[in-house]
Amino acid sequence: MAISRRKFVKIVAGTGGALVASGTPLAPLAQAQLSTELPPQATGILYDATLCVGCKACMSKCKAENNVPGGALYKKGRSTPPYEKGNLEANNGIWDAPRELSGDTLNIVKLYKNGSAEVKDRAVNGYAFFKQQCLHCISPACVSVCPAGAFRKDPENGAVYYLAERCIGCRYCQLACPFGVPRYEWDSAWPEVRKCQLCRHRQEKGGIAACAEACPTGATIFGKVVDLREEAKRRLALRPGEEYRYPIQVVGSKDWTLRGAAHYVAQIYGLKEAGGTQNIMLSGISFELLGFKNNIPNYDLPRLTWAYISKVLWVFFWVFATGTATYQITHRKKDKEGQS
Amino acid sequence: MIDMTRYAGQTAGTLLNRLLDDSVSRHLGIKLDTPLTRVMLSLIALAAVVAGYRLVFGIGAASNLNDQWPWGLWIGFDVLGGVAMAAGAFMIAGAVYILNWKKYKCIARASILNAFFGYLLAAISITLDVGRSLVIWHPLVMWQINSIMFIVALHLVLYLSTLATESSPMVLEKLGWQRALDGVHRIMVGAVMFGVALSLLHQSSLGANYLIVPGKLSPLWYNKHLPYQFLASALMMGFSMVSFETILTGKVFKHSVPFDVIKGLARGIMIVGSFYLVFKLFELVQGPGLLAPFDGSLEGGMWLLEMAVGVVLPLLLLALPSVRRNRNKLFAVDILVIFGVLFNRLNVCIFGVARYNTAFGGDYFPSAMEWILTLGMIAFAVLGFKLCAKYLNLFPEPH
Repeated sequence: MAISRRKFVKIVAGTGGALVASGTPLAPLAQAQLSTELPPQATGILYDATLCVGCKACMSKCKAENNVPGGALYKKGRSTPPYEKGNLEANNGIWDAPRELSGDTLNIVKLYKNGSAEVKDRAVNGYAFFKQQCLHCISPACVSVCPAGAFRKDPENGAVYYLAERCIGCRYCQLACPFGVPRYEWDSAWPEVRKCQLCRHRQEKGGIAACAEACPTGATIFGKVVDLREEAKRRLALRPGEEYRYPIQVVGSKDWTLRGAAHYVAQIYGLKEAGGTQNIMLSGISFELLGFKNNIPNYDLPRLTWAYISKVLWVFFWVFATGTATYQITHRKKDKEGQS
Repeated sequence: MIDMTRYAGQTAGTLLNRLLDDSVSRHLGIKLDTPLTRVMLSLIALAAVVAGYRLVFGIGAASNLNDQWPWGLWIGFDVLGGVAMAAGAFMIAGAVYILNWKKYKCIARASILNAFFGYLLAAISITLDVGRSLVIWHPLVMWQINSIMFIVALHLVLYLSTLATESSPMVLEKLGWQRALDGVHRIMVGAVMFGVALSLLHQSSLGANYLIVPGKLSPLWYNKHLPYQFLASALMMGFSMVSFETILTGKVFKHSVPFDVIKGLARGIMIVGSFYLVFKLFELVQGPGLLAPFDGSLEGGMWLLEMAVGVVLPLLLLALPSVRRNRNKLFAVDILVIFGVLFNRLNVCIFGVARYNTAFGGDYFPSAMEWILTLGMIAFAVLGFKLCAKYLNLFPEPH
């Protein structure tokens, strides 16, 4: 190659300089890692499975309230909420029968049943209801993995929301979510990712999550996460059968039902899972039986990938430094030949 | 030869004439009109129809992917596999341009072009895999630096451009554009270094994609050094792919590369392969335990298959002097390694997450359209390479 060493060093220095210049947007790297702290005004949901009677009012309200502009199910030109037929032959589309979370269903109440299913909230020969939806992680994996920043965490109330206009549809969020929450509109040619966004559009107007508003028993209540955690701890401290005023719709509400406490398993699901979530759950039987995985790490997942990303710029630096040094050594002889 | 100046005007016609002048490769005796070419052309045509269908009707209509299986064959084979198959280029380019190992110069152009097609395959497939193909450029302007996928996207575009730059002298020579050629030569060493850095990152970041799923990916594959395992296996794959392609072109074209070069590549497979074997066993002992693959499960079987075909068997064969001295036997070793590493990528993407996904009622087998597109992409890469071999000076005579 007809190129002098001095010239070459110049070129490498130039390339390196351009690289550093182009790397300027990487300067705020230090702040890039997602926060592991609960946002100051974080809101969420406490779902107490022992209070749930399986009426599915939450599901119905969720679908209706999110099918409006700003809602998590909104689609231009669609007036009625997207009902699912659920493979039921008799279902002519006038009632909603989802089997799973889907591109049309953001929360779902399911039934656990064992043996003769006689007693509620008992693992053997018992039954229980449970609810699946986005748990709104404090450090959400979906937010950290999205290459176009289509998933965001509200800096105030901490709701994890979605910006369809940014999404490219790579579905990394689906892979990354430890709870298997985000769903895709597989039957659409221009699909969106769908998941609960904690009724962010209602919260903006001072409202609460639609499911909590619809729940008649107080199984689903809305409120500040710190208050919900306190409420959950109080319930865990109750003796089975002890009478307790269960608030309705929101934590600390003036409306309540008086009833005896169930036998709770000693776990608040969402306190530690994936570094903590804003939606938390209580149950009478183990969460594993309800399909909630117990092998979810109790730390923020984005740190796993950040450990890699934080090394990226060093690789460039290292390759250009050692590459230039090596080039100098391996091409020394040729230069001398050229000079002589 | 047809004189293009009659159809395309003087300027464009002269350029076309120069490009279509196949005298550079006359000694290779490449025939284009063969049954294999026809098969490949029909596969490409079918794949083009599938791509059109996919763009019009959506990813759900074209594939069997679902909420439990968001990633399938196109990611596992075309993207993870295609990129791994392209790993040879940065090593050969680095050896020739930075380490000044002159003996590999005769295969530099071919291995870089090989990588170019590998990356092109990955780029086209991921474009079709994402649900909103028309806005796949979003990550390039909407930076989200916490995302491995953002790093992958950025590197894919940058490295594809780097490979195009590294390959451009072949085209510029033919066009006789001396000034552009000088310009490319001037930045070549910088481009090669850039390519080395990008490749090290890109190969490992495909593994880093999976760092975030400790609860989903089987512990047989998941560990916190997964990016480095991806890199090590990609290096092994890179050596094998270059060796495979060198021996193959030597067989089908009238062209021969000194055996010394192939022996050097085999040594590369041995060194990286031994390291990779120890690395994999170390992580196995650290994680699920040495006996975990023998539990009779599907995952265990796939792990054993991947390691036996891609690592253990090739290393055992390479330990035999009779294999190391024989072109055909080395060819077989290359094929084993290539299949083994491809198995590894499919295992991470598909079989390694199967237990988790099926626990949630998911089921996945690639649809006919997914298969056709993948086959079409392979045909596209092979035929593209062949066309370049015919019309460009792909195999400069060894010095």
